Amino acid sequence: MNTTLLLEWLIKSVIIVFFLLGGFAYLTLFERRVLAKMQVRIGPNRAGPWGLLQPVADGVKLIFKEELIPDKADRLVFILAPIITVVPALIVLAVLPFGPEVTIGGRTIHLGLADDINVGVLYILAIASIAVYGITLAGWSSNNKYALMGGLRSSAQMVSYELALGLSFVGPILLANSMSMRDIVEAQADWWFVLVQPIGFVIFLIATLAEVNRAPFDMPEAEQELTAGYHVEYSGMKFALLFMAEYDKMIAVSAIGAALFLGGYWGPFVDQVPWLGPIYLLAKVLAILFLMIWMRATLPRFRYDRLMAFGWKIMLPAALFNVAATAVGVVLLGLGG
Amino acid sequence: MTPDLILFLALALLAVATAVAMLASRSAVYSALFLVLNLVTVAILYLLLNAAFIAMVQVTVYAGAIMVLFLFVIMLLGSQQAAVGPDLPWQRTVSLVLGAALVALMGYVLLAGSRGTLLTATALLEGFGSPQSVGRVLFSEYMVPFEAVSTLLLAAMVGAIVLTRDERTEGR
Repeated sequence: MNTTLLLEWLIKSVIIVFFLLGGFAYLTLFERRVLAKMQVRIGPNRAGPWGLLQPVADGVKLIFKEELIPDKADRLVFILAPIITVVPALIVLAVLPFGPEVTIGGRTIHLGLADDINVGVLYILAIASIAVYGITLAGWSSNNKYALMGGLRSSAQMVSYELALGLSFVGPILLANSMSMRDIVEAQADWWFVLVQPIGFVIFLIATLAEVNRAPFDMPEAEQELTAGYHVEYSGMKFALLFMAEYDKMIAVSAIGAALFLGGYWGPFVDQVPWLGPIYLLAKVLAILFLMIWMRATLPRFRYDRLMAFGWKIMLPAALFNVAATAVGVVLLGLGG
Repeated sequence: MTPDLILFLALALLAVATAVAMLASRSAVYSALFLVLNLVTVAILYLLLNAAFIAMVQVTVYAGAIMVLFLFVIMLLGSQQAAVGPDLPWQRTVSLVLGAALVALMGYVLLAGSRGTLLTATALLEGFGSPQSVGRVLFSEYMVPFEAVSTLLLAAMVGAIVLTRDERTEGR
């Protein structure tokens, strides 16, 4: 085994995990500030300048809260569920390229952990399909009917929208003629795939909103009907983990969307200054995150049966049509590689 | 021992342990979870064999989609505890016969493999296990079986919808 290579992978993994941990903390602040602006409020502004220390205060509060486990709960699964929820959110970005090759101290390094494996897109789908378990189990193990309803709703919702999500990946795969995330991003050096995949991009955005249980698809945690859904019995750090998984999933799907449709790390002058790549990627991720928060501030929640009908009767046929149209375009017009 | 062998032994042990735990567990939810763990372990074994595509499909389809539906049904019906009633009368005999057949088959493969009468392991082809090579073989050499399985699955799907359809709503 090559020790330097192992060390390189270790450093990259640690950077990705810390990026997601810090991103989670500041995404909550970003969301609260943006929501406040849209609702003509001020938002958190007491802890530090512009409320920048608010996530720290929230974290400290959650650590010192009492951990409650309901008497009739399935203890083992109850404790495991938050962990099962958070792990997929942390590992899914392993296949994302963060930038072009850079040279540090005479060593050429890819910015990305495993971004050149030839099943990168399938890896994302596999992790997304595993991510359903955490929420479902959290709802079941609480032994609370509202939590169980929330867990069941979320698993039905995620399984239904996973199909449309998977089909929306096919467009970029066909255009780049590869399933490796690095190849897909490199193929967008001249133009972004969103230009020829507008339907695919919209389907991706809607399906990811449902996949991460964000408004207007936040039925699993609908306060008015289910009190809080799957995490109603959770408190303290276990609640923080469930909360973190949701925000980390938001960051992850935004980054994946940026890589598949918005050209990933490409932008002006990336050829000359490779370190600009991660900055462009971050800007694109922030833009998609802003869009998600904007939708939460704008749209009311769907009704559950409408959500299912929409997923199966509109999203799936539209995604299938998009796949067929893209395939015809690639063969007849010679789009892509 | 090479790292590969150690990894294989650990995974094989885990796969057998989770399979036994799945059978022994009295709670249906725990059984389902052990089966998920088992399927994921087998997926990692595929990865060790350089078959990344199969490994990813195994996780997505079996550990992901199908087992989530299993868990969904178990939770929805509230049948978490398995009934401790008497076994079916013919169950024991059938399980013994099928078990013996499986052991005989595996024994034959092991014996034939050591004498070299079965297919020997060939050198890995170019791009073995990559999505491209799997897709190419699937849609050229194995086109007919592939389409037959697709038709079978479609028929099963249509059949399930027809069977569960509520007769009373027919008139509307």
